[in-house]
Parts: sequence; C-alpha cells; structure tokens
Amino acid sequence: MEPILAPKSIDLIALAPVLVLSVFAMGVLVLDLWAGKNKTLIMFVSLVGLLMTAISAFAKNPIPAFAFTDSYIVDHLSIFFTCIFTLSSAMAILLSSDYNEREEIKVGEYYALILLCTVGMIVLASSTDMIMIFLGIEIVSICLYVLAGFKRDDPVSNEAALKYFLLGAFATGFLLYGMTLVYGSTGSTNLFKIAEFVKTQGAQSNPLLLMGIVLLIIGLGFKVAAVPFHMWAPDVYQGSPTPVTAFMSVGPKAAAFAAFFRVFAETIPEMAPAWEMLLCSVAVLSMFVGNLGAIMQTNIKRMLAFSSISHAGYLLIAVIAKSSLAGSGLLFYMLTYTFTTFGAFGIIILLGRKGQENLEIENYSGLAYKHPILAISMTVFLLSLGGLPPFAGFVAKFYLFSAAMEEGFVALVIIAVLNSAISFYYYLKVVVFMYMKEPAGEFQISLAPMTLFVIIIGIIGTIDLGIFPDSIIALTNIP
Amino acid sequence: MFLTFVTFLPIFGAFFLAFLPKENEGAIKQTALAVAAADFLLSLLLWTNFDDSSHRMQFEYNISWIESWGINYHIGIDGISLLLYVMTTFLTMICVIASWDVKKHIREYMMAMLALSTGMLGVFISLDLFMFYVFWEFQLVPMYIIVGVWGGPRRVYAAVKFFIYTAVGSLLMLVAIIWIYFHIKETTGVATADILFITDHLSAPLDIQKWLWLAFFLAFAIKVPMFPFHTWLPDAHVEAPTAGSVILAGVLLKMGTYGFLRFNLPFFPQASYDFMPFIAWLSIIGIVYGALVSMVQEDLKKLVAYSSVSHLGFVMLGIFALNEYGIQGALIQNINHGISTGALFLLVGVIYDRRHTRLIKEFGGLSKQMPIYAVCFMIVALSSIGLPGMNGFVGEFLVLLGIFQVNGLWAACATSGVILAACYILWMFQRVMFLELKNPENMKLKDMNVRELITIVPLLILIFWIGLYPKPFMKTFDASVNHLVSRVSPDNFRPKQDHGAGGHHASLITKRELAKLNQKLKKTSHN
Repeated sequence: MEPILAPKSIDLIALAPVLVLSVFAMGVLVLDLWAGKNKTLIMFVSLVGLLMTAISAFAKNPIPAFAFTDSYIVDHLSIFFTCIFTLSSAMAILLSSDYNEREEIKVGEYYALILLCTVGMIVLASSTDMIMIFLGIEIVSICLYVLAGFKRDDPVSNEAALKYFLLGAFATGFLLYGMTLVYGSTGSTNLFKIAEFVKTQGAQSNPLLLMGIVLLIIGLGFKVAAVPFHMWAPDVYQGSPTPVTAFMSVGPKAAAFAAFFRVFAETIPEMAPAWEMLLCSVAVLSMFVGNLGAIMQTNIKRMLAFSSISHAGYLLIAVIAKSSLAGSGLLFYMLTYTFTTFGAFGIIILLGRKGQENLEIENYSGLAYKHPILAISMTVFLLSLGGLPPFAGFVAKFYLFSAAMEEGFVALVIIAVLNSAISFYYYLKVVVFMYMKEPAGEFQISLAPMTLFVIIIGIIGTIDLGIFPDSIIALTNIP
Repeated sequence: MFLTFVTFLPIFGAFFLAFLPKENEGAIKQTALAVAAADFLLSLLLWTNFDDSSHRMQFEYNISWIESWGINYHIGIDGISLLLYVMTTFLTMICVIASWDVKKHIREYMMAMLALSTGMLGVFISLDLFMFYVFWEFQLVPMYIIVGVWGGPRRVYAAVKFFIYTAVGSLLMLVAIIWIYFHIKETTGVATADILFITDHLSAPLDIQKWLWLAFFLAFAIKVPMFPFHTWLPDAHVEAPTAGSVILAGVLLKMGTYGFLRFNLPFFPQASYDFMPFIAWLSIIGIVYGALVSMVQEDLKKLVAYSSVSHLGFVMLGIFALNEYGIQGALIQNINHGISTGALFLLVGVIYDRRHTRLIKEFGGLSKQMPIYAVCFMIVALSSIGLPGMNGFVGEFLVLLGIFQVNGLWAACATSGVILAACYILWMFQRVMFLELKNPENMKLKDMNVRELITIVPLLILIFWIGLYPKPFMKTFDASVNHLVSRVSPDNFRPKQDHGAGGHHASLITKRELAKLNQKLKKTSHN
C-alpha cells in the first residue's frame, strides 16, 4: 500500500465548472436570507450560475487534461456531460419556479440543493478515481434525498425521501465495498492504474476483483435504477415534487451512466467476458420489467418511472458495447432524453393545480380538444421517448443500437427493438386518452410562462435533434 | 427539387390549416381540397415528364442530411414507384372529397389526412434506407389518429393494434438496416445507407442474406398483409372512417408490396429465389382463405377487408413469380386493387352514411331505390372479380400467366381465388341490391348525391381505362421491371451456374433479349 501523495500542482482551471457552480450555490444560500418570499432573484442567480458553469466547462484546453494526480479528467465526455447537466438543472429550475409557487414551497435551499447536486454530477462525470466517483455519487445522492422530501406536509413525498434514503444508503454500502475489493485486488483506486493492472497482470480470474466488480454493478445499478435494483424508483418518482422527479430522472442518471461508462467500458474492457453477461442480463431485465411494468400503471408519473427504468436498460447497451461510438451514442441519447423528459414533465405540471395534481392518465381525457397544442406536444414527447421517427428519440436509439450492432450484439439489439414496440403500447395509451376519449371534467390550466418555456425548449430540441441531428452528432463524436 | 415540393406540399398544407379558425369549416375543407388537388395535378406533371424508356431513377435529388453517418436526403422515382406515387396523390384528393361531411373536428381530420399523404409519398420516393424508415414509421401516426379518433366503436383497439403490429415488424427491419449499413461500410469502405448503392454492392453470405430477408419480409408482410399476419387488417378497416379505409387499402397496403419490389428482391435475389415456394404457398393460402372468410362475413366492410387479403395474395404471388409477367401483373394489380377496393369502400361508406349500419342482412332490394348506386356498385364489383374488359382482369391474368410459367399447380390453386371472388362478391351484391325491398328504413334511402358521384366516377373511368387500354399504365414500368427481372430472375441462381460477375452479365444480356421477345409477344396478344 502506497501513501496517497499530495497533488503536485493544483489545477483550478480544470476544476472551473465545479468551483463556479459551488460558489453560486453558496451564494444562493446566502442570498436567500435577504430575498424574502420572492424567489425570482434566486432563480435568476441560479440560472446565471448554470450558464457560467457551462461556459467554464470549456476553460481547459487542450483536452484531455488530467488534474489532481490523475483523479480528475477534463475530456470530451465530461465536457459534454457537464453541458447536459447544466441544461437539465436549468430546465428543472425553470419548471420549479411556477410549481413551487403553486405548491407553496418557499425555501431558497431548494435551488441551492439543485446546484449542489449538479456539482456532484459534474464531479461524477469527470472522475477517474474510485474515491472521486464515490464523492460525486454521495454529493448527488444526499441532495436528492432532501429534494425528494421537499413537500414536507405531503406524506407521499416523505415516504419517497425516506425510501430513497434508506435504500440509497444501502446501495452506497455495496458500492463502497465493491471499490474496496477492487482496490484490494489491484492496489489502486485510480482507474488508469486499475486498467494498467488488468491489462498487464491478466487479473481476469481474480475472484476478489470479480466480486468487487459485481458489487460495483449493484451500487451503480441502483443509482441508474436498473432492474433488479429498481424497486425504489416508482415510489420515489411518484412521491417527489414533479420538477424533482424530472430532474432526478435525467441529470443524476446521466451522471451515473458517465461513471458506469468510465469504469466498465473505459477501464476494464479486457474483463468484458466477466461482466458482459451480467450487464446484459441487467439490461434485458430492465427493459422488460420497465416496459411491462409501465403498461400496468394508471399514474403518469409512475408510468414515466417505469419507462425510465426501461431507458436505463437501453442505455446500458452503450456500456456493454464499450466502443467510442457507444460513448457518443450515450451522450446523444442523454441529450435527447433531457429534452423529451423535461418537456413531458412540464406538461404534467401544467395539468395540475393546487391540491389536485391530476396525475392519473384518465385526467388527460380529451385534452386534445381543449388544449390541442399541449396535447400535440405531449404526443411528440411520448412518441420520441418510444423512439418514433422523425423525433429525436429515434435518432438516439438508432445511434445506440448501431453502436451495439457494430460490436456484434445483434441479439441484444433485437431484444431492445422489441421492447421499443412494447413501449409504444403505454405511450400510446396516453395519446389514446388525450385524443380518443371525451373530456371527463373541466381543465383548469393556467399557462405558467416558465413551464411553457421549458416545454417549448423541449419541443424544439426533440424535433430539431430528430430532423437535423447532424451538428449535434458531430459534436458527440469522441475523437 | 420539384419532387420534394410535390411530396411536402400536403404537410405544409396541414400546417397552414392549423392556423385557420376552427369554426370556418368551409374554408378548411376547401383549402384541404385545393392542396390535395394541386398535389395531384403536380404529380401528373411528373408522370408526363417521366421517361418510360429508362429503368433509372428520375427526378433524382441527393443532398447530405446526416453527414457524420453518410446519410443522405436522396429521392427519386422509377417505374415501380411512379404509379403508386400518382395513385397516392389521387386517392388523397378523392378522400378529401369523400370526407366532406365529417362532423367531428374537421380541421384536425384534414390535417391528419394531408400529413398522411406526405408520409406515404415519402415512402415511395426515398432512396436512402434511413430516410425510408423515417417515412415508413412517420405515416403510422396520422393513420393511427384517423382510425382512433374518427373510427367506429372499437376504434381504439383497432388503432393500437394497427400501430403495434406495424411497429414490431418495422423495428426488426431497422435491425436489418443497421446490419446492412455496417456491412456495406466494412466491405466497401463507404458509410452510406443509399438504396441504389446498396443494391449494387450488397454481397452478404447466403445464410445471413436469409435472415436479413426475413427481417424485411416481416415488416412488409405485416403491411401487405400476408396470411398469418393479416389479423390487424379487418379490425383497422372496419373501424376506420370511409376515407381512412380507402387510403389504407389503396396506399398503405401497397407500401408492403412496394417494399418487396424495392428491397427484398433486388437486395437479396438469391434468398428471394430460395424463399419463393414459401411465399407462393403463403400467398395461395391468403388468396383462398381471404376469399372463404369474405364469403361468410355479415358486415360489408369486413367482407371487403378480407377480400383485400385475397387480392393482395395475387399481388404477392405475381411478385414472387420473379418473371416479367408476374411482376408486371403485380404492379398493375397494385393499382387495380387501390381503385376497385377503394371504390368498394367508398360505396359501402355511401350506404353507411345513410343507414349507419353495414350489416348485409339490413339491406336488400336497394337497386330499386338507388339505381345509380346499384350500377356503380355493379361495375366496381365486377372489376373486383376480374371481369374481362375491366382492370381486375388485366392484372390477375398477367399474374396467373407469370406464375404458370413457374409452377402450374400454384397457378391452378390461385385461380380458384378468382372463382371464389365471384362467389362472395356476387352473392353479396345479390343480397344487398336485389331481393325484395322489405325493410322500411331502406325505402327512404336517397340515391347518390353529386359529391359522392364525383368521388366514384373517376374511379369508374379508371376501371374501364385500365381494363380496355392498359398500355399507358403498363409502359411506365416496363423498363424498370425488365431491369428488376434481369437481377432477380431465377435463371441467375439455377444450380450449376457460375455466380461470378462474368456469368451474371452473360445471363443479363440473354435475359434482356428474352424480355424484348416477351414484350413483343404481349403486344400481339393485346391487339
């Protein structure tokens, strides 16, 4: 065991996005003392902070650059992910502004927590050291535990937070234990050193290492809500405040996938025979359980929770395929997923009102004839989630499946496309209610401007990435 | 560019309709009709500028779309797609007129109809696999909405079934498309999904060819629909509104047969040849089964729907005769089915609008009450049977001629379909039109009005035109069919023949000469 050396040079520029965002998060906390009940200023500051973070992500040149004795990396993947995180957090904050007013959540820490959570995500996506990964995951998780329970007087929200916390802490234990075992068998927590060790020593059959990898799959699998570690997802998604649900199903998930990709596809691809089958079965199970489970749901948030489980299954394909094309596919998929998910949740928020959230799918009956634009937007989002051209979801799936196909995972791709067909069933179910049923009651929709803005961004993103994806695809290409 | 304009004109029309006020129904309908009619006329312009003597793609336009993947916006028309293209615009126009009296949400209806038109046109002109897939899936949505919103009592079930069925098939096709994309990239070094390039360069080993063939087959067989995959069709047809049924029968099913001609045959000639008996028997089962099931239907629309299964069996049989007569017959039968079955659905719609029932036993003796209707119905019914002098005869005759050259037994089995068709159509006609006019409800029926006549008469003209003088139609695809047959002819794959380039070209030349001879033969037989 070697002593941990102090970093020779402290490269703050590499760390710029994390620093900027942390400063803004603290600033928001302090500002809250003076802001009083009107949270518009806080919101605005948070958005500016996110924008600055996105810009500062490009500060480090040339890439890839390493910092802090190779435990932190600035590369294509991390920069792109940082942009996705800031985008998703910004959309979450925009969604929250109207929602929080309606539900009378008047706490400034809310925005600070979202920003801090984003810090965690950036750390997670940029880390090349097990310790850093753990740090990132913990920052993200702790923020999320609190956010999930933000509707303090709502027992469902409390249940969500408690459930998420208990199970999350349990999963973190697994993750940490896995890291310990990997450290024990390779002698390092640094991903490059582990990669080096695996390559040179041929540790493929080292039982301790294998055990560690299995535990890592469990820990990370929990964070991305892959089956069989998905039990928390439906309840937590349903119980959390809706903007938090949207936030949770995009940003932190993307961050966990970044870590997944770094650890499995980039560090230990040589050990693929050992973990490939395991991840394949997790992916396949996630798709089936997610999609079949979603069919049964009558609550739209629960339905989207199951749908996000199935999307975790599709995304795992990128990890399994391991290639750089798969990494690019992962980036593109997460970006489209951000647009569609936030758009869909935006509409869910619009449909609710104080004391009556209208979360049952039945409540969407006849929406198309009262608010045709909302209905058509929701249709676009849902069909894009299902992967129907010409929407972004299709291009994203095409990207992922191509990557897997190139690496020869034909059976996996076939299972995935069949699952897409299953998923159409429940996505269409909402469309059926919106277009083919008569309105059950009056819709009392107040078109909150910020929420509408998010929906418009979602629509533009979903259609633009579907019809003219070329520029973004070029950006995602990992050199 | 012109082709792009014609293709996307309807969807721009749909966007335009979105801005018209909902209450102004007259303006909405007139705008929709104007767009559809303009599109039809423009597509006729394509036809007049089309060069019959070439099998090559015409009106081609090729521009990079997703550059990173080598995917292009590549469109063009050849003899195989031209008539289908024109028929699509034509039937869209007819359908807009036929939907004049739609009560509910007329603006959304017309928007869906026009969007559907663009989706279908896109399928026929796409020369890039990725683009083809986009259009292929995209047209599902408007059709799903049309069936699901304006359909009958079980419309939701039918719409979802239609959507899921088609999606399953086409998603497996997507897997095959991705596979081909990488295979082409590997073998030729070019990342492309261009259909023409792939047609020329795809050289997969036979066992893989067969799997790919099956993936494409499933997508198209569901769409056609061939025998075991047909169960969505009766549901969709029965529940769809009249115009929806017309489009479904007239164009959507043709996308399946078009797919076979554009992909399965040229991409995988050897696999197509190997699967020929399999397809032939499925088609024959479809022909006989469809006819027998039609015979016992009590619902007029269901009867017509099952007759589609039977008619499309003929088309498939013609395609997989893999010779000139067969494919020509299949192509002309494609058009015929669109016209005759479309007309049948329109006519069923006429009495459904008046009586709100389609049960055969509710009718009887209509010929006394609605003489013009009865005459129209009779012409269409006879054309559907394939009476000489009408369009159905030309197509079925050519198909049977083609398949007879391959296998006499198949031809014999298929011919039984013609006889059965006469049974179910004429029996139905008798029960609806003749007998006694007993039901007092029927005594109040009014004959067809001008609008309904406007929708039917063009179809009647086409029925006789194709039946008596099919040459203007046939000559559009002669060159393309010759070219296709030269690629896929079984002669290329008969045992003990060299598959190498030299042998291939040798057979190609002889095949062309044979084709010319055949053409001469046909001309004399027609005169």
